Amino acid sequence: MNKFLAPAALISLAAMTLTGCTDNTTSAASGDGTISVVSTADACTVSANQVPGGTLKFNVKNEGSAVTEFYLLAQDGLRIAGEVENIGPGVSRDLVVMAPAGSYFTSCKPGMVGDGIRAPFTVTESAGGQSVSADRASLQKNATDLYSAYVKDQSEQLMRGTQDFADAFAAGDEQLAKKLYAPTRMHWERIEPVAESFGDLDPILDAREADLEKGEAFTGWHRAEKDLWSPAGYTKLTKDERSKLAAQMVKDTKELQSRTTKLTFTPDKLSNGAKELLDEVATGKVTGEEELFSHTDLWDFQANLEGAKIAYEDLQPLLAGTDDQLDAQLKKNFTALQEQLDEHRVGEGFKYYNQLTATQIKDLAAGVDALSEPLSQLTAAVVK
Amino acid sequence: MRQDKEEGSVNLSRRLLLTAAGAGGAGLALGALGHVAYAGQLSEPVPSDRIPFYGEHQAGIITESQDRMHIAAFDVQTEDRQELIELLQEWTQAISAMTQGQEIGEGGALAGSYDAPPTDTGEALGLTAARLTVTLGFGRSLFLDGKTPRFGLAGKLPEALIELPHFRGDMIEAQRSDGDIIVQACADDPQVAVHAIRNLARLAFGKANVRWSQIGFGRTSKTTAQQSTPRNLFGFKDGTDNIVAEDTAALEQNVWATKDSTDQSWMVGGSYLVARRIRMHIETWDRSTLGEQENVVGRLKGSGAPLSGGDEFSAPDFAMPGRGGPIIPKDSHVAVVHPSAHGGARMLRRGFNYTDGSDGLGRLDAGLFFIAFVNDARTHFVPIQRAMSASDAMNEYLRHTSSGLYAVPPGIQEGQYLGQQLFESA
Repeated sequence: MNKFLAPAALISLAAMTLTGCTDNTTSAASGDGTISVVSTADACTVSANQVPGGTLKFNVKNEGSAVTEFYLLAQDGLRIAGEVENIGPGVSRDLVVMAPAGSYFTSCKPGMVGDGIRAPFTVTESAGGQSVSADRASLQKNATDLYSAYVKDQSEQLMRGTQDFADAFAAGDEQLAKKLYAPTRMHWERIEPVAESFGDLDPILDAREADLEKGEAFTGWHRAEKDLWSPAGYTKLTKDERSKLAAQMVKDTKELQSRTTKLTFTPDKLSNGAKELLDEVATGKVTGEEELFSHTDLWDFQANLEGAKIAYEDLQPLLAGTDDQLDAQLKKNFTALQEQLDEHRVGEGFKYYNQLTATQIKDLAAGVDALSEPLSQLTAAVVK
Repeated sequence: MRQDKEEGSVNLSRRLLLTAAGAGGAGLALGALGHVAYAGQLSEPVPSDRIPFYGEHQAGIITESQDRMHIAAFDVQTEDRQELIELLQEWTQAISAMTQGQEIGEGGALAGSYDAPPTDTGEALGLTAARLTVTLGFGRSLFLDGKTPRFGLAGKLPEALIELPHFRGDMIEAQRSDGDIIVQACADDPQVAVHAIRNLARLAFGKANVRWSQIGFGRTSKTTAQQSTPRNLFGFKDGTDNIVAEDTAALEQNVWATKDSTDQSWMVGGSYLVARRIRMHIETWDRSTLGEQENVVGRLKGSGAPLSGGDEFSAPDFAMPGRGGPIIPKDSHVAVVHPSAHGGARMLRRGFNYTDGSDGLGRLDAGLFFIAFVNDARTHFVPIQRAMSASDAMNEYLRHTSSGLYAVPPGIQEGQYLGQQLFESA
């Protein structure tokens, strides 16, 4: 909502509060504390308008015929304490939010338009219950700001690294290009879910040959990889072809970098992104399928792991005091997987995938699974 | 399912049939049972779990989907046309017996020479027919070796029997794909389905050998109006909008090869079977949030209703707006493959869940063995699979590891053999 409009909104809210203000305080949450909300085209029925503070759970049922949304708004009627979007007709969705004592508004927004159907909502001090930090929203913002800066930094480094790699590759300096290949790709791999979110750039920069249909051009990192570590029977690119491929990689990476500066993040994007990074390890790296020719899969593994760890660390203040058990589990399993991977370090890099034994690969896969399971619980813990 | 058997106590077991034949007829044998459990059900003339073998179309396509499947592709070793025809004749005889709950061969499992191996392997003794169907189809490689016609079949290759292209992300394993002849055995009892494939493979030795085979343990589609919608290994209902046996118009339009839709007269009444072994990354799927799972599928996990509302069978509203795009995401599975995005083209899906042990990395090698029957894969499969491989959010959790397309000839009458139309067409 536009800040300029705020006073008007406040007035209308105040009016609504006055007119609707008879002594009708209800605290009828269900047995497990769930507050039920029914949203229709012209009503937003909330089963309670006063509840004790702590973790609130709203169950929002859309009984209208258009998509609806539900918000818990702070006293100013502007700041969003919690929201759940995209509730289809006939669908129920939960909103779990940790709310400190104070005055709020509930709001249903059938059809996703207008200010919503609002009503005042009070959260009282919880008697000996869970105390909730008043600045959970600022913790969330802090986390996304930190992560946003990280993504920008990595994409800048990716840009610089890609330029150096492309220069060496175009010039036919295979030794240097091979040396730069894996370390440069690590910048990509650290922010892979972000890079992959650009559906047009991902295939031209990072597709494997099998990802393409007959007739589609094979470009990007893995084309260069195949040319540098060329398999038997492969015809190497000519000088012109190399230059063209290198120039294209630089151009596409510049575009990627420029787009990442405009990205905005939410806490669930960070936590789901961390989960996706581990998925990438599980399905592409620990199987040795990502780097078919260079076998530098463990570099990617390391970068995916680092990217996930950064997202977790940025979100960690949201776990402290509210989900210490998950926090401790994640910390322990991140450390354990890193230690496992460290066993395969060689100099500044790692063993090549084809130097690992079947047992070592299986152990790494088990370590990935061990971290991935608690990591999949992170989203639910940070969005509330 | 066990329930079927209890309900169908009239089902004649193989052993009972043997006894009955020996005693001069099934009626006598049943009468002799004098068992309370059978009393109320004797009025049913044909045991409910025997699917008729003869007919206009082969069984196992619009037959109400059974719970289990064993499918095998064979490569034909002989290059002798007559030998191939003899194999098809032998198979036809065996299939017609097994689908009616009978043993195969002269002496069956027990009554042959003491000094010879039994003609029936015997593991289905005491079991009912379990609605066994066996459906046969011909791969492109039966017609052509490169460009050279085989078995005198020059000019008989249907245009629609194409080589399926490579789709984005395909990780096809050749040793699990294609093949000269496909044999799909479906039954409600896994042992009955395996018995069928095993005995057909045995009859083929010297003429044809198994190229690959696959077991499916649970159906993933409904093929009749009253059948319930089962769930696939993602935990979602699968086959909600499938073509069902009662929908003859949709079958004519999408499934059966007709005079108008095929260039080969021998294919009229037949269909094409598409097979794809689709491994699911079930471990990473299981770690995704319910919200993501529903957005990937485009439907609710519980009821199967589209995200735009209603119940399981409500039409999805792809235009209904949500925050940040349509409420049914554009890259959701239902949006990408829905007939409305493909000129109305539909398939009769008849796939099965599979698990083939684990992959050595502590994960289940599990997924969906996709089977569809269509009248032309060029219009009813390739464009849909191409769209899926390009933009379906589900791809993140899938890997296609096999591919096959087969021309399924029409059904036959008593006295004919499966595929006879191909060998005797002008």
